[in-house]
Amino acid sequence: MGAAARRWLLIAIPYLWLLIFFLVPFFLVFKISFSQTNIAIPPYLPVFEWTDGFAVWMEKLRQLSLDNYLWLTEDPLYFNAYLSSLKIAFVSTALALAIGYPLAYGMARAPAHWRPLLVMLVILPFWTSFLIRVYAWIGILRREGLLNQFLQWLGVIDQPLTIINTDIAVYIGIVYSYLPFMVLPLYAALERMDESLIEAAQDLGCTRLAAFWKITFPLSLPGIVAGCMLVFIPAVGEFVIPDLLGGSDTLMIGRTLWVEFFSNRDWPVASAVATLLLLILVVPIVIFQYYQARTREAETR
Amino acid sequence: MRSLGNIRRSFAPWSDANAKAMISIRNVTKRFGDFTAVDNLSLDIYEREFFALLGASGCGKSTLLRMLAGFETPNEGAILLDGVDLTGVPPYRRPLNMMFQSYALFPHMTVADNVGFGLKQEKMAKPAIAERVAQMLKLVKMSEFAGRKPHQLSGGQRQRVALARALAKQPKVLLLDEPLGALDKKLREETQFELTDLQYDLGLTFVVVTHDQEEAMTMADRIAVMDAGQIRQVATPAEVYEAPNSRFVADFIGSINLFDGEVTRSDAALTELQSPEGFALRMVDGQSRGIGSDLTLGLRPEKIAVTHTKPNSGVNAVEGEVWDLAYLGDMSIFHVKLDSGKIIKASVVNASRSGSEVFTYHDRVWLSFAEDAGVVLER
Ligand SMILES: Nc1ncnc2c1ncn2[C@@H]1O[C@H](COP(=O)(O)OP(=O)(O)OP(=O)(O)O)[C@@H](O)[C@H]1O
Ligand SMILES: [Mg+2]
Repeated sequence: MGAAARRWLLIAIPYLWLLIFFLVPFFLVFKISFSQTNIAIPPYLPVFEWTDGFAVWMEKLRQLSLDNYLWLTEDPLYFNAYLSSLKIAFVSTALALAIGYPLAYGMARAPAHWRPLLVMLVILPFWTSFLIRVYAWIGILRREGLLNQFLQWLGVIDQPLTIINTDIAVYIGIVYSYLPFMVLPLYAALERMDESLIEAAQDLGCTRLAAFWKITFPLSLPGIVAGCMLVFIPAVGEFVIPDLLGGSDTLMIGRTLWVEFFSNRDWPVASAVATLLLLILVVPIVIFQYYQARTREAETR
Repeated sequence: MRSLGNIRRSFAPWSDANAKAMISIRNVTKRFGDFTAVDNLSLDIYEREFFALLGASGCGKSTLLRMLAGFETPNEGAILLDGVDLTGVPPYRRPLNMMFQSYALFPHMTVADNVGFGLKQEKMAKPAIAERVAQMLKLVKMSEFAGRKPHQLSGGQRQRVALARALAKQPKVLLLDEPLGALDKKLREETQFELTDLQYDLGLTFVVVTHDQEEAMTMADRIAVMDAGQIRQVATPAEVYEAPNSRFVADFIGSINLFDGEVTRSDAALTELQSPEGFALRMVDGQSRGIGSDLTLGLRPEKIAVTHTKPNSGVNAVEGEVWDLAYLGDMSIFHVKLDSGKIIKASVVNASRSGSEVFTYHDRVWLSFAEDAGVVLER
């Protein structure tokens, strides 16, 4: 095998992976989003048949029904679910940044021989199943849970707080689950920063705080963008956390999707919801990619 | 290896009893844990002086400089600037600026913004900043690069920007930590002279850290030779070279041959040593030494003459065998093995093209030197 062929094979593998596990399923979902429901297995009437032939496909394409998409605009439920998802994801990302930045900063400033241990601790939760960890939060947050017991024992409150089955529980769950994705890129950005830059800034008249805002913060921006995207993107489509920790009125698109698919068995509408969700997420993903490419470029120079 | 600065000006405030030191380091000690990096060190540096801290790696040069800049706090002692105690003054309020070894240019800012950074912190007006930045960039010949980011510059260009940035606030004192360390040899030599010119023209006080003795000799008015957190000698380059105060300094600066011996005769004019190799060394010392005491004679290679025949006087002459010979163009280096096995280094300037005497390996030769060629060192 020649070097060129080997290179092509190497490039082809990830693309093949993407094709099989992302593009093909997406295309199937996309296709279903144009069909009608049907009481059958699978529960929809296919629009395109492989046996139709090209001419029939073109004809069908012309008459393609956007009913399912129109439906999404008619029922405010979907719009509200998207909006609420974006809001919850946005707030969670902001909270994760607020908690993650000082954490990452502290890790990056810790003595060098401690840092691997600290990074390990951040990654440690991944060793248990995500589902179990979210379940554990039910035990912590419920009315007779650990948190309420602890607060009552401290005497901070006399009545247990209602946290479980509210949006607050969802925020806690998302921030907790995705915090490592925020901390790690921030840590990577902060850790490789040269301490002498801060000293130079101080030498030129900055207080420590001013040096942070003028030097450390701008230089950690790529880490901030990466961390925020890594939290925001999965948080928008999050299903498990709102389902387990959220209340009946916690509206998130992942949950709506689940209900459409499995409770209502309305695959065509569910597919339309999924397609739109992807479109909404393309914007932050593109921003993320752009920043990644830019930092990589700056580093290789 | 002579400082141009010394030739250009007769500048010696350190020998003037009335001169006041600009920077006064008094009994400063800095410990990291139970390791003492700077050990009870005292030093005076004068205004407009180009001062070099010279020493081997890890001897505490950077630590001393960082204490001047305010990044490290002395455990003991005080540092005074123009008579004012700097203890407790944070780096951003000290009227000194530092040029970092790594240059520490801000990667997200252009060259102009880097140079203007300190001025912006002073809340200087924008047009005034622009003017000063332009002036500084012109000074270091970097005007065309004002809009570039640091990663778009070569090592030498970065060094210039770092210098311009450190000079922009017109500090009283500029601290430079191995300013030329990252440059290649040729560029370094050019820049050494540029730095001395700049320092002289701007009338600034420079404290520069280096572990390159040639660099220190080229640039500095005075050199402090440091070792293990202490200063071994502070003197002009010529003094440090010709009159080292100890074996350590003699050995550290340039190359030197050391002859141990026992005093057999001594008066105010001459001292004579008997070396264990069995020959007598006679030298001008200027003080009378105790008979029988152990001393060392330090002799620089260029002060030794190499001949085939025994010199007439027969004093300060030893015979040996040419063991190694290197022709360097401008001079030749001899390694001569004495009968005792000791290797002596001698360098001879190739003054005439054909060479007065031709030497080759294993020749028997005589090494000789004048009575005032060596320096007497206590052991
Ligand atoms: N922050 C620190 N913590 C512990 N030890 C330190 C610290 N800074 C310096 N040292 C130690 O102090 C000693 C002197 O360090 P310093 O940086 O002053 O050396 P230097 O003379 O500048 O050497 P070089 O020429 O290699 O730069 C070294 O042994 C170093 O390991
Ligand atoms: Mg150093």
